[in-house]
Amino acid sequence: MGENVIFELQDVHKYFKNNDGSILKAIKNVNISLRQGECIVIVGESGCGKSTIARLILQLIDITKGKMFYKGRNVTNLRGKELKEYYRNVQMIFQDPLSTFSPRMKIGGYMIEPYLNFKLMDKRSAYKYAEELLEMVGLNKEFIDRYPNELSGGQLQRVVIARTIGLEPDIIICDECTSALDVSIQKQIINLLLELQSKTNFCNIFITHDLALAERISDKIYVMYLGEVVEILSSKNISRDARHPYTKALLNGVLSVKNFNKDIRVIDTPINNSVNIQGCSFAPRCPSAYKNCFAEKPVLERLNTSCSIACNLY
Amino acid sequence: MIKKKHKRISFVIVLSIAILTILFAIIAPLFAPNDPLATDFLSILQEPSDEYPLGTDQVGRCIYSRILHGGKVSLGMTFLLLILIFILGVIIGIAAGMADGIIDTIIMRISDIVLSFPGIVFAIAIVGILGPGMLNTIVALSVIWWTKYARLTRILVIEVKNREYINAGIIAGAGKFKLITHYIIPNIISPLVVQLALDIGGMLLTLSGLSFLGLGVQPPTPEWGNMLSEGRAYLQTAPWLLIYPGLAIFIVVAIFNILGDMARDILDPKHL
Repeated sequence: MGENVIFELQDVHKYFKNNDGSILKAIKNVNISLRQGECIVIVGESGCGKSTIARLILQLIDITKGKMFYKGRNVTNLRGKELKEYYRNVQMIFQDPLSTFSPRMKIGGYMIEPYLNFKLMDKRSAYKYAEELLEMVGLNKEFIDRYPNELSGGQLQRVVIARTIGLEPDIIICDECTSALDVSIQKQIINLLLELQSKTNFCNIFITHDLALAERISDKIYVMYLGEVVEILSSKNISRDARHPYTKALLNGVLSVKNFNKDIRVIDTPINNSVNIQGCSFAPRCPSAYKNCFAEKPVLERLNTSCSIACNLY
Repeated sequence: MIKKKHKRISFVIVLSIAILTILFAIIAPLFAPNDPLATDFLSILQEPSDEYPLGTDQVGRCIYSRILHGGKVSLGMTFLLLILIFILGVIIGIAAGMADGIIDTIIMRISDIVLSFPGIVFAIAIVGILGPGMLNTIVALSVIWWTKYARLTRILVIEVKNREYINAGIIAGAGKFKLITHYIIPNIISPLVVQLALDIGGMLLTLSGLSFLGLGVQPPTPEWGNMLSEGRAYLQTAPWLLIYPGLAIFIVVAIFNILGDMARDILDPKHL
């Protein structure tokens, strides 16, 4: 383990049991490490296990196999008091802001929850602190008496960020925290997060499918496919440095106004995670797969300083 | 908007009528002109008069006074029972909904068993075993009715507990108990309250029905159901023995049923 690694996933597996008794391997052998102040991004298409990783890190679901370390301490499948202490330092911003709020709880009630639960302050000072936080994220402090349905998605997401920042956690996981918002507000939210990150120096695990965003904010990008990390990039120019056919396909799939009529050659065979493939799990959809790909499973290897890759081509 | 306002106004009116009814039942004994238990053998089965506003029964007791006193018993028992059942059912329902697996299965199978009996027959059987009386009636009806609230609560809890805001609560450090009191209950309470309001009328009828059958409140304590039961034999010669207690039941049940319907419209608009 490196010097200032504060969080690490070691060979983490997560299996789900389907209703018919078969086992779905949602996460297979994932290793992620996070250094102090670092921002890592996990990208991949839907169903690849991004959100499952977020839930595993937050211990909302249990890890099937593997270990999780926080500041060198094993924090795999914590319970009770220890778990509560863990949440003091690891927080998450969820995807859909509206569903993050209990419809019957006022914004103020939502804001003060963690400060009361972790016994950081009494009720009155918690409310005062909440007002300060709201102003910090650019919201009117009178919002404290509103119900969540009276606020817009962008405003709610600001409230969520305010509460999270107010706890001063070490790690914040953002699970597609902008994808439910309008494009115009997405940028504001990202900028707000980056600004706060530069102020308070928390680590960020950003989960997204937006590669342009990933490239801009990340120190390290983990590309996931079917529950496995297929490529790790620590580059500021991923379109140049990406090697894995899957990452290339993702990059190629970015849609914008300019290339709207472009023939996007993404993999059009549907994603298939029910069969246990012997070789590379991407091989059936890979444009440059050769015979060996179906027989031999590639392992994650370091290619150069900015890229590690699991592919038989390299 | 106007329609909504209109609805609220009529709800407030019906609610005040209902509250007045309850208040009236509580302070009724003050209005009663005669002792509801005092017999007067010189004036048996008399038609309504100045002294006895709604007439007298077969042993010369004042029907008006008996209805007033009976209201206290009928309504009092109804509310006592409903509150008991509500608390019991909601607690069991939350337990079943929060604990998946074996506990949930056990609770739900027990409630299936209870539900498989026709309600009133089961109540009669239980009262038959325990013996007639007010307390035993309450026990019998609680044993049957909790399932309704337990099932409703369980479904609501299961629906709510996988929402994202529960996760948001968990990572905010809320313990199990706080999750239930601060996140789950506020979000499931309104359909439950609506159900409670809808059940007041039905519960009153069931209680009166049991008393009518001689299983609930025992004579000479006045209760609307057993007044009907006692007056049954005089239907042709002295119909006021049945008409007035019957009317009392009808009016009160109607008020609370209307109240329940209105509460549903206002608190739970999705149901429409």
